[in-house]
Amino acid sequence: MSAKPFLKIDHVDKIFPLGGGKEYVALRDVQLDIRENEIVSIIGHSGCGKSTILNLIAGLDTISNGTILLEDQHITAPGPERAVVFQNHSLLPWLSVYQNIEMAVRKVLGEDLSPSEIRDHVMKYIDMVNLDHAKDKYPGEISGGMKQRVGIARALSIEPKVLLMDEPFGALDSLTRANLQDHLMRIQMQTGNTVVIITHDVDEAVLLSDRVIMMTNGPEATIGEILEVNLPRPRNRLELQHNEEYLRCRGAIIEFLYSKFAKDDE
Amino acid sequence: MVPKYLNAVFLPLLLLGVVLGIWSYTAIKIPGFPTPSDVWRELLVVLSNPFYNNGAGDQGIALQLGNSLARVFGGFAIAIAVGVPVGLLIGMSKNAYTAFNPYIQILKPVSPLAWLPLALFVFKEVNTTAIFVIFITSIWPIIINTALGVRSVSEDYLNVARVLQLTPFERVFQIILPVAVPFIFTGMRLSLGIAWLVIVAAEMLTGGVGIGFWIWDEYNNLNYAHIIIGIILIGVIGYILDTLMGLIADFFDYRKRGLK
Ligand SMILES: Nc1ncnc2c1ncn2[C@@H]1O[C@H](COP(=O)(O)OP(=O)(O)OP(=O)(O)O)[C@@H](O)[C@H]1O
Ligand SMILES: [Mg+2]
Repeated sequence: MSAKPFLKIDHVDKIFPLGGGKEYVALRDVQLDIRENEIVSIIGHSGCGKSTILNLIAGLDTISNGTILLEDQHITAPGPERAVVFQNHSLLPWLSVYQNIEMAVRKVLGEDLSPSEIRDHVMKYIDMVNLDHAKDKYPGEISGGMKQRVGIARALSIEPKVLLMDEPFGALDSLTRANLQDHLMRIQMQTGNTVVIITHDVDEAVLLSDRVIMMTNGPEATIGEILEVNLPRPRNRLELQHNEEYLRCRGAIIEFLYSKFAKDDE
Repeated sequence: MVPKYLNAVFLPLLLLGVVLGIWSYTAIKIPGFPTPSDVWRELLVVLSNPFYNNGAGDQGIALQLGNSLARVFGGFAIAIAVGVPVGLLIGMSKNAYTAFNPYIQILKPVSPLAWLPLALFVFKEVNTTAIFVIFITSIWPIIINTALGVRSVSEDYLNVARVLQLTPFERVFQIILPVAVPFIFTGMRLSLGIAWLVIVAAEMLTGGVGIGFWIWDEYNNLNYAHIIIGIILIGVIGYILDTLMGLIADFFDYRKRGLK
């Protein structure tokens, strides 16, 4: 794996001003280098600042101290090279599945593409998440898992350098969740995207990631440990069940979350 | 068990019987009060020649109503043209909200009729005055509901807009308006309802051709049957306006379209 830092989070603090001159230090001195084509997951207890980190990378929130660099460019604002898959899919309910993706493609790649190229491009990503049959349906007419797939297709369709996912499968039942995890891994092998994914789920973190970033609890949360997951791809959840490396990683995360940085107020 | 559709016809008819009973009793008690059959006979006369025009003071019922409707739609259209942009502005900008809100809160509870003398002084002409009064009537619900619609746009949609780097113009047309339009139509429907209430009173004060003045004129002519006809027609037209606005609002509401 190349060691070149692709996405560099450098000594980042995030301080939220609270009313009455008080403030809340959510993140303190977060440091992380993410390589190109890597899948990194961030795990930690609720409220530790996972979403905050993701929003900083996305540029949706401002950094208090430190810098985040993507290919040596400072991140100061949101942009399509850092696509976000939101927890609640955030599809526009007045547009069909096709139109939701088309709108993003038109805006981001529209200048370079002819109308028929736009159509082919949109269909390519609808295909990728197997939603041809639902392309003319509205978000209100499809299941939660399908919506999340549309969200992923929309994010990928604008060909981002980094795919940021905030608990993308959090609201789904475990069968749908497994299905989408497999989908995501397959698509990432095709596209080679760099992915940062936030999760609460230990198995999801191990299955999907090249590295698992474990966060300490807030306030002043930071990265506690980084775990390398040395499992070859493609990964198969059935075969991994009894795999030693899988079990070691799983154990390490559980140890971190429930022993070293246990949170008793949950 | 009576079938539902029979109920829907039978129950209002039953109530109509009660109302006609009370009405007839009133007509017996108050000499000169028109009976239901008087009004029915007059209604047929009035409706048989709705478009006659014998000059300013004497025109058919359709022309009277048409004049009132034209004023309502005139003032209403101007209120939309002004109120929607203002509502968008104060919905999107906290500063604009802070600037406008105190005035909206103070002016909103003022009866639109209070503006009438001032408008008459400024415009020196009854038609423009009536249109202005309807404009003042209609604008507040439109502004308030438009701003409410803008503020109900979820943070998630705005984040999508930010990630895609939509321009402010694109943000308004692709994200904010689709969410706000059903709210805007709610405001328009409220406005139109109140405007139709207010126009009658305004025309009574200004005179000229219009259903409000017609009713007042018939009072002066001691033609009480026509007053009742006026009340019924105003009600029917108000109901039609409200129903039409409801249909248009549903047509533009993605939540109702998506579920076709
Ligand atoms: N705008 C804000 N103002 C003040 N405090 C905030 C704000 N946003 C987040 N916080 C605080 O920062 C901390 C981290 O929040 P964050 O949403 O990043 O947690 P999280 O790890 O994503 O939690 P979860 O797993 O529940 O989604 C929390 O304690 C939260 O209360
Ligand atoms: Mg979160």
